[in-house]
Amino acid sequence: MRDFSYLRASSADEARQAATQAGIMLLAGGTTLLDLAKCGVMEPETVVDITHLSGLGGIEVDENGARIGALAKMGQVADHAGIRAAFPAVSESLSLAASAQLRNMATIGGNLLQRTRCSYFREPDVFPACHKRNPGSGCSALGGVTRNHAVLGTSDTCIASYPGDLAIALVAFDAKVELGGRTVPVDDFFLLPGNTPERETVLERGEMITAITVPASAAAKNSTYLKVRDRQSYEFAAASAAVGLEFEADGRTVRDIRVALGGVATKPWRARGVEQALIGKVLNAETIETASRLAMEGAVSHGANHYKIELAPRVVARAILKVGGLA
Amino acid sequence: MTIMEPRKHGDASDGTVGGRQTRFEGNLKVTGGATYALEYPVEGLAYAILVQSTVAAGRVVKVDTGKALAAPGVLMVLTPDDDMGLLVASDWGGNRPENQPYYPLPKQVQYNGQSVVAVVAESREQAIEAAKLICITYERTAHVASFDDPAAGEGKVMDNLTSGWGDAEAALAAAPVRIEGEYRTPREYHVAMEPHGLTVKWDGDQITVWEPSQWSHGMARSYSEWFGIPYENVRLISPFIGGGFGSKGAALAHGAVAAFAARKLGRPVKLALTRPQNFINYGGRAATRQKIALGATEDGILQAIVHRGASETSTYADWPEQTGAATPILYKVENFSSQHRVVPVNTVTPGALRGPGKNPSAFGIENAIEELAYKLGMDPLELRLKNYADRDYQSGKPWSTRRLREALTEGAEAFGWSKRSHEPRSMRDGRQLIGWGIGCGTFPVIQAPSEAMIRILGNGRVEVVSGAIDMGQGTYTILAQTAAEVFGIPVDQVEVHLGDSRLPGSAIAGGSMLAGSILGAVHKAATAARDELIGLALSDEKSPLRDTGANTLTFGGGRIAVPRDQGPSLTLPELMAALGRDEIEVRRNTLPDGATPQEHHQAWTTMAKVQGPTMGEYSMHSWCAHFAEVRVDEDFGTVRVSRIVSAFDCGRLYNPRLVESQWRGGIIMGIGQALLEEGLVDLRNGRTVNNNMGDYLVPTNADVPDIQVISVGVPDYGASALGGKGVGEVGIVGVAPAIANAVFHATGKRVRDLPITLEKLI
Ligand SMILES: Cc1cc2nc3c(=O)[nH]c(=O)nc-3n(C[C@H](O)[C@H](O)[C@H](O)COP(=O)(O)OP(=O)(O)OC[C@H]3O[C@@H](n4cnc5c(N)ncnc54)[C@H](O)[C@@H]3O)c2cc1C
Ligand code: SF4
Repeated sequence: MRDFSYLRASSADEARQAATQAGIMLLAGGTTLLDLAKCGVMEPETVVDITHLSGLGGIEVDENGARIGALAKMGQVADHAGIRAAFPAVSESLSLAASAQLRNMATIGGNLLQRTRCSYFREPDVFPACHKRNPGSGCSALGGVTRNHAVLGTSDTCIASYPGDLAIALVAFDAKVELGGRTVPVDDFFLLPGNTPERETVLERGEMITAITVPASAAAKNSTYLKVRDRQSYEFAAASAAVGLEFEADGRTVRDIRVALGGVATKPWRARGVEQALIGKVLNAETIETASRLAMEGAVSHGANHYKIELAPRVVARAILKVGGLA
Repeated sequence: MTIMEPRKHGDASDGTVGGRQTRFEGNLKVTGGATYALEYPVEGLAYAILVQSTVAAGRVVKVDTGKALAAPGVLMVLTPDDDMGLLVASDWGGNRPENQPYYPLPKQVQYNGQSVVAVVAESREQAIEAAKLICITYERTAHVASFDDPAAGEGKVMDNLTSGWGDAEAALAAAPVRIEGEYRTPREYHVAMEPHGLTVKWDGDQITVWEPSQWSHGMARSYSEWFGIPYENVRLISPFIGGGFGSKGAALAHGAVAAFAARKLGRPVKLALTRPQNFINYGGRAATRQKIALGATEDGILQAIVHRGASETSTYADWPEQTGAATPILYKVENFSSQHRVVPVNTVTPGALRGPGKNPSAFGIENAIEELAYKLGMDPLELRLKNYADRDYQSGKPWSTRRLREALTEGAEAFGWSKRSHEPRSMRDGRQLIGWGIGCGTFPVIQAPSEAMIRILGNGRVEVVSGAIDMGQGTYTILAQTAAEVFGIPVDQVEVHLGDSRLPGSAIAGGSMLAGSILGAVHKAATAARDELIGLALSDEKSPLRDTGANTLTFGGGRIAVPRDQGPSLTLPELMAALGRDEIEVRRNTLPDGATPQEHHQAWTTMAKVQGPTMGEYSMHSWCAHFAEVRVDEDFGTVRVSRIVSAFDCGRLYNPRLVESQWRGGIIMGIGQALLEEGLVDLRNGRTVNNNMGDYLVPTNADVPDIQVISVGVPDYGASALGGKGVGEVGIVGVAPAIANAVFHATGKRVRDLPITLEKLI
């Protein structure tokens, strides 16, 4: 790991100011940054510690929604009574993520910006070809071990999946990211790889995430996050789904439904096709199953990740059954 | 909140052999007081790191070190061009080629990840940064990444592993019921918490090595032979080991590099392998495949077993992961044929990992036997009992003890096996399919000599001194219990010194042989020391016990007394004071009388004196039967183990608490093997890509179900002096097939290749 200098920002402005320069990176919980620095993937010259900045760690929930400061810890948000009541999927996505130690350390802002678990991305000296790390160098994953790679939103240049859980729940419920000067919907915050897989979000150099807001909704209140993986705990999703549901007054017809997928796409993936197919429909096992398959529209497998195309719709279906009170 | 009082030393009976004494060194470990090899505070350390090849086969043509040497803090760069002047050390059998040079950083590249360059700097970070500036030019040649690559060929038959009796092929052809399957296990790794590495320091031509070791004497020998210095000049220190599982039994190339650098620089050096290097730089369990055909009568009497197995090895050494190790001894069969091949591929030479051989072997035969049971429509428990082996058909010898029948029946009883419904997919709870399966396991009793020293001190404390090691399996504790029992004193009056090659010789902590071996030596030394003390107490004119007319003395409750209360009694310190002694020291070994000094050296530093399970009159093994319950999500294919009951015959248990933990640990590793663990190799360059703990998964607490372990063993005094058989390895053997069998029962799908990940079930 390259030696780096350590700066402690005394204000958000100072941190932002510092981060306009190349080689300077913000340091929150450090669970992504230091991990990747040890792998030789991130090589900061200076880290600017923002963890002690005041006013960025709050969690507020009222009838309009939630505002979560960028420095709130994953564990704090997962356990927050207001979040659990109004946004169960958000709470569950966090409590099913990583491990207790990491959740105590890692922040919400850093969480959104975690990087892919593509093995090739993580081993630069052995696999120099990686467009995400080094644009134009190639993609080592194509033709390699692809069990965890994405089937949705991939491009010729990169098939790495977005590994996080929280952002899946956020994208389902139209959350927004506050960047100090501007506010961006989570769905627009993350970018498809296209020809520029090195650009993962719209965050510009010198911008900082200050908070995340999630509007309240009946669907968010009746929501769940279902994460499927081989290991019971402490593993990224093979496939996951954040689903929220609101019925019409009849208690059977869908008024509002939100579906987003994790573990299968290059960015947090809102499955609007599934939502459209179910709005106005009476929920039953069959309508759910048919609609859930739409989640995989446009999916492409790269060998070993083929199972995700089969698995993900089943995860979506189970999550809908659950929030629909049918499971 | 209640704070649990740390229970130091339970009640008195815990402290004798067979008692449930808690771990002697446990407190030190959980409070951070135990110092591990990479934590030794040594003045003036330099830090070494290794650079690994990024190609799987070829030759290092050029290493450009200029920029690295100029980088801040860099002290030295070693490349394949540096002749370190080392000589090849003996193999485990003690065989050593004459004057053959040893190159721990070889020019010839035989696998992706082979160490080719080392960088030494003032700090580890500086060394790592400098390494990035090194440019290595390779001449690449074609590589073989896996034994499934057609270019790998069929491999070589290991003649010593070919075994057979009767006419298996003919009996198979004639059998009315037959099954055949191919069973596969992937590359698996030790994933010990403590990484490999060492701190090493020279004083003239004396070397001190702090290195985690399952065998302090054997590894010290390698250092002495590499560097051409007398064995006595090496001191290898390893009092605590953060997990070995078979990986820390031999000195490895990184040790030679660090020791060479330390000598050349005239400074102590520390070298720690990175986590990826802990996957790639030394051998895990080889990938295996085996075809098994079983023939039986309609009523389930086995007629024939035909077994053909293979495992990967490296291109420069043969390491067979013996797929036929358990196959011949689990069941009674009159016609048997087994063959094992090794297939060289471009990998590091594989090595021992918990339950070597027996483990993948049991995965094959224990799956196959259940396949036969389902084909016959018979309860798999009944089929196993029906074909119970009354003796060892391979060696022709009777078993010393074999309580596998009791393991099967008592395990079944505790598990509730009789409530099973036979049909696959017949038990469910909503979307969760429930299945039950059995897997039997075995591990041979391996015997080896050891040596130990007992010191009775003037203050009444008793020291047990041995170079044996404790990697968490309980050596400290059971040796203290042994001495405490012999002297009739509480365990906290005993001190145990271990893990130093300068201390009395000991067998390797591997192959489950250490406890049986070292306990024999300690018991012998302690008894001899006690006899010496009795002799003095009865004859020395200063002794208050001299004129009591007694011809022996009793030891108990901390006192030494004349039998039947016919005289005074004293505590140990009182007696030592009366005798005017501040020390009685006795050293004993379990070699035959009259063994020469060379034989002593050979016994502790090689495997030459190790005895296999059938070298005597009997065939001696530990046995077990695992009963597993799984819940498989019908839609997702995820398997969760919900319950395990395992019954073991490991003879006498020296400390049931520690044995139960060993068994549980083995079972948990078996769950990982069954469901999670697999080294994923990129076939294009032979690299294991999931070389870290985020991607190579082992069980978490959440994956560990309720595990009930049962002992059905009886003391086996043929197996060891105090009646125990091995406990460490056998726990994992048979777990993976029990789970695979349960998955079949749950889903109707037979997964013959490990691990059973979800995509294989959806
Ligand atoms: C072993 C392991 C397992 C894991 N498993 C999971 C899992 O199952 N699910 C899951 O969702 N996650 C998982 N994670 C990822 C983990 O959640 C993230 O590492 C963590 O949330 C990152 O937060 P942090 O505060 O530590 O970020 P840091 O490491 O401090 O920062 C990450 C990046 O974000 C930037 N950054 C941080 N804060 C801000 C800000 N406010 N504004 C702008 N830029 C910022 C940093 O400069 C850096 O580039 C796992 C991680 C590990 C190591
Ligand atoms: S998939 Fe993306 S991250 Fe992985 S190697 Fe290819 S370009 Fe790099």
